[in-house]
Amino acid sequence: MSDENLTAPYMEVDAELCKGCLMCIGVCPKKVIEQSKKLNSASYHPVYYAGQGCLGCGMCFYACPEPGAIRVVKP
Amino acid sequence: MKIYEKPAAFYDEFSRKGGNVKTTHYCPGCGHGNIHKLIAEALDDMHLTEKTIFVSPVGCSVFGYYYFNTGHFQASHGRAPAVATGIKRANPGSIVISYQGDGDLAAIGTAETLHAANRGENITVIFVNNAIYGMTGGQMAPTTLLGQVTKTTPLGRQEDLHGNPVRMAEIIATLPTAHYVERVMIGDAKDIAQARKAIRKGLQNQIDGKGYSFIEILSPCPTNWGMTPVDAKKWLKEKMTQIFPVGLLKDTTEGQEGKWYRQFADFVPEKTDAYLEQLVDVGHLASLDGVSAPDGLQCKFAGFGGQGILTLGLMFAQLAMRAGSKVSWIPSYGPEMRGGTANCSVNIAQKRIGSPLAETPNLLVVMNQPSLEAFEASMQPGGLLIYDSSIVEKAPQRKDIRVVGLKASDMATELGNSKVANVILLGAIIAALDLYPIEFVKESLKGIIKKKALIDINLEALIKGYEMAARR
Repeated sequence: MSDENLTAPYMEVDAELCKGCLMCIGVCPKKVIEQSKKLNSASYHPVYYAGQGCLGCGMCFYACPEPGAIRVVKP
Repeated sequence: MKIYEKPAAFYDEFSRKGGNVKTTHYCPGCGHGNIHKLIAEALDDMHLTEKTIFVSPVGCSVFGYYYFNTGHFQASHGRAPAVATGIKRANPGSIVISYQGDGDLAAIGTAETLHAANRGENITVIFVNNAIYGMTGGQMAPTTLLGQVTKTTPLGRQEDLHGNPVRMAEIIATLPTAHYVERVMIGDAKDIAQARKAIRKGLQNQIDGKGYSFIEILSPCPTNWGMTPVDAKKWLKEKMTQIFPVGLLKDTTEGQEGKWYRQFADFVPEKTDAYLEQLVDVGHLASLDGVSAPDGLQCKFAGFGGQGILTLGLMFAQLAMRAGSKVSWIPSYGPEMRGGTANCSVNIAQKRIGSPLAETPNLLVVMNQPSLEAFEASMQPGGLLIYDSSIVEKAPQRKDIRVVGLKASDMATELGNSKVANVILLGAIIAALDLYPIEFVKESLKGIIKKKALIDINLEALIKGYEMAARR
């Protein structure tokens, strides 16, 4: 990670907890969340952070029905 | 720095049957998870986790106790507000959340819901409305929209067949003691933010003693609606909100601070005993000379309804209570007000009574033939059986019990009131068991009989039965 990235907000997804409902993608203002082609062990296609552009607004966190699937950090 | 992550009010792992303990049992896109998250986050931020008691209903959210690291009670179907009432009144300092779905709150629990609101219980009710029965597999709920297809309305809900969707928030808002009523939804980010605010306000109202808060949350059920989570959210926003418009319906919490704490209840045995003694002042009678409190009597009084058999059991129990015994009396009768058979069980003891039943009586009093046949066999050997021989034609068969038969009904008619047959039998019981001095019984009876005009004839009947049995 570069120094710039250390200060940038980001979201992360625990792929094993994601049920692929895509609620987070619907609310993300910057559209920086994508769905994986791979299956997790519960047979869902989890989402993942595209890697850039997160504002750290937390909307995806509240839209996600799983308590522990999404974590958002805004430095 | 701001971090959005799993609130600490959740357990780290959601231990339960089956493999996956990291995720909820909810389907993808289900609104319960969002609402759980909003509640857990509020409990964290408001430092309430340690004093919260979460009451979950029957329905998909029955498993609240898998998730919240709070106190928990899982109520019978629809009874969550009644259970929450008890918890809150017994523990006024706790935070009580009644979390219910529409099948629970608006169908089987409508009565409890309305009355808890009408009493202004200082609780927070979270009403999750998804317009369908989720856990049972998608049947029509009270909140199902007109035209909505469910398992039990395959052609869509029709007004003339099924009635209209019930708008609970509007109904609750009409009650003066429901001070905060708001409808929100798990829709887009803005809607969820509003739901988050409403939940916090509901909890804050409870902390401030402002009384009853009702938060209805429209929530998607993609599985039973037969839609993808994305389409379900669209349907919720477009269709459900037409019937269930979101917004604040009522907020009259201003000036209610502290008014609804109800900090009067403390359920300790000493206090309830003192309270009961206030209600039943028996002390001065128990001190009569020569009166000792009987012990270990299991009694059954049985006959036709209308003969005064239940009253006889009650009088006998009241006598024992006045003599200082612990007593129980429990009736059992059919739906008829007159006729039919009736019986009651009376227990008399020195210690507290565990069960009010008398399955193997050592005192049986019967006023008709069917009752004798029904209960004679259940008696303890050595027990006393007293029967009205003007009605019971076939005498008792048991040889290992004491039997006293007297023509109580005939004697009562001779006295001029056929209704005092039961008091004649009471006199006979006192004499046959040699329980109390007759003066004590006479004095007590004067206090027990409500109609003063009937005291004389009852005393006459008492003495008649007493002397009759004493002679044997």
